[in-house]
Amino acid sequence: MFYSKIKKPALLLLLIFPFFAHHTSAQINIFACEPEWAALSQALGTDKVKVTSATTAMQNPHHIQARPSLIAKMRRADLLVCTGADLEVGWLPLLLRKSGNGSVQPGQTGHFMAADYVTLLEKPTLLDRSLGDIHAAGNPHFHVDPERMLKVSIALADTLSKVDPANQSHYQNNLATFTQQWQQAIQQWQQRSQSLRGARIVVSHNNWVYLESWLGLTQVATLEPKPGIPASSSHLGKVLTKLNQNPADRLLYASYQSDKSARWLTQKTKISAVALPLSPSKDETLTQWFDRLLNQLLSVQ
Amino acid sequence: MRKAYPIAAISIAQLFSTSVVAETEIELLKQQMNTLKKDYEQRVEALEVKLMKTEDKTQQVNADTQGIAVNPGHTNMVTQNKFNPAISLILDGRYANFGNDPEDYELPGFALGGESGLGSRGLSVGESELAFSANIDDKFYGKATIGFHNEDGGTEVDLEEAFIQTLGLGGGFTLKAGRFFSAMGYINEQHAHAWDFADAPLIYRGLFGDQLRDDGLQITYVAPTDIFLQLGAELLGGSLFPAGGEQNDIGAATVFANIGGDIGIAHSWQLGLSHWQANNIEGRTSGGHSHGGSTTAETPSFDGDSKINALDFVYKWAPNGNPRNQHIKIQFEYFDRQEDGMVTMLNSGPPIETSSYDGDQSGWYAQLIYQFRPQWRAGLRYDQLDSNNQGSDAGVLGEAGLDNEGHTPKRTSVMVEWVPSEFSRVRLQYNRDESYENADDQMILQYTMSLGSHGAHQF
Repeated sequence: MFYSKIKKPALLLLLIFPFFAHHTSAQINIFACEPEWAALSQALGTDKVKVTSATTAMQNPHHIQARPSLIAKMRRADLLVCTGADLEVGWLPLLLRKSGNGSVQPGQTGHFMAADYVTLLEKPTLLDRSLGDIHAAGNPHFHVDPERMLKVSIALADTLSKVDPANQSHYQNNLATFTQQWQQAIQQWQQRSQSLRGARIVVSHNNWVYLESWLGLTQVATLEPKPGIPASSSHLGKVLTKLNQNPADRLLYASYQSDKSARWLTQKTKISAVALPLSPSKDETLTQWFDRLLNQLLSVQ
Repeated sequence: MRKAYPIAAISIAQLFSTSVVAETEIELLKQQMNTLKKDYEQRVEALEVKLMKTEDKTQQVNADTQGIAVNPGHTNMVTQNKFNPAISLILDGRYANFGNDPEDYELPGFALGGESGLGSRGLSVGESELAFSANIDDKFYGKATIGFHNEDGGTEVDLEEAFIQTLGLGGGFTLKAGRFFSAMGYINEQHAHAWDFADAPLIYRGLFGDQLRDDGLQITYVAPTDIFLQLGAELLGGSLFPAGGEQNDIGAATVFANIGGDIGIAHSWQLGLSHWQANNIEGRTSGGHSHGGSTTAETPSFDGDSKINALDFVYKWAPNGNPRNQHIKIQFEYFDRQEDGMVTMLNSGPPIETSSYDGDQSGWYAQLIYQFRPQWRAGLRYDQLDSNNQGSDAGVLGEAGLDNEGHTPKRTSVMVEWVPSEFSRVRLQYNRDESYENADDQMILQYTMSLGSHGAHQF
């Protein structure tokens, strides 16, 4: 009766399945949630890994939807490299549940959350949404701190070695190369950014705290009244009064953010606004990206 | 001798006095020494404290800089509290203004069942939902949603969802068991509060009583391909509308396939095909054509086989693939139901009214949503239904609400939403509802708020 009627589609499914099963390749498939982790994974894995980034530098990593293409990518991942600290809370758990992929689930070796390996700033003592979309674990935009990036790289090389033990020495050698280059770059960046120390800045969203603490910048105002809440005209008015009494040198916003309120404020105050790449662009290395970020920051006076 | 006395006395006195002087000096020195000692002790103590503090700090800094795995979430407290599941509470309220009496609502050609209808007029609390979810262990995820509805002045508690699903089954397979929203169609799997309009599409109202939900088992498979390809099947108990009635083992089943992907960085799409089937439905009751004033209502009941085929398509656009500031969403769904069996009017007669029934019902809707500013969205939707039901007794079908009365049910809706944050939304919606021959103008002002755990950004 019933079974005879569903036999056809069931048979069809059984016929289709073998075509897709056991599609394996020698390279490790890495699903990076943000471009910075894609770039780091590429630097540490080089030819042994195939990296895809779920987001681009032009996308707000918090406001991503669990798109079909992302489920398909998650399905094939051997290793997941993400920020964690609730940055991807709206879409990553959904992708994981829909993917049917056992090796990247929480608790597995293939589940790497960078936030587990660094200390976070601005861990809120009071969790109340009237304060905006705050992250209980702390501010998740820590990848703009080169020192923290270094810590994550060590942990990621370790995880890569566990996921793909056959190529352990490859990953450790790459780590040594990366660490050396990165530390040299850090010294150079520190020298070049001397002039920025003590600079007073206004930010659009609170995603520059780590850069501020590393470069010694002082944040005097935020355009968003609360994290994740777009700037209102009344709040911008308050910021303007504050800046008239207490001027700032620069206004920073991430390139994926709308520049509307930043433009408004620069017209009113003559502060130069600079759109900084919060993440590397496609095929850009971490060093190239941070170099570009710093150049952009130094180019405005 | 007498002279010697004073001398001696003096000398003794002198001697005495010097010793007294010496003693006070020593006392003074001692006191000075003591104060010095105390002073130094205090200073040393203060230094020690300072040293300890600096040592602590350097240790912290060391821990910070040396790449030691510091997990900020870790505390050594023994507590059960941290294992609490994610809890979310949805609060919904509305003001509805209908031109016609919502009690008179009908969809000619479709026998309404389930929760379908317009809801109440005026101010009311909509459906409040309490949801609990968590990873149960490394193998399973679980979720339960409890809904609170207003029903004739009282509050009805309803177990909307209660399911478990596998996490790490691997190979692209996921098994789900319990009560869940079926994967038929596109918006069926979403909760009503996640929909873009305050009410269900007419075809969902006509076929499923707003939403298809059942108890059972679901298996899905995601292919390891570049393009998203998902295949799945559900075996369902079939005790809930529109399968209805009492069943032996498996009352209904579905098979579905979804395919989707991105075009460039700004466009994404998904196409779904699904099939639902219930054989040997026994006694599926529905509202039918209302009879004002009758005490024992004649209730239509269907026995027979039912099949639904559905097609859904969703397309989304966001500049740079960043939906935060601006996006467009276009969706279309089409459903077709074929039924074969008998319709009986319960509580009718004697003799009891009955007719053979050959049902042919279909419908579609298309909608466009445009987020034009970060906190503002606007939408347009059009619904249309069609039916051509045949039977041995046209009168009985008419009473059962299965005669389309020569009318094509349709509806046009527009809405505008203010979305202050991810957790709140206020919506104003207008419907020009031509579900039945008396066209109705409907206004709904609705708020939907989400408390607690962060909601999922579904596609």
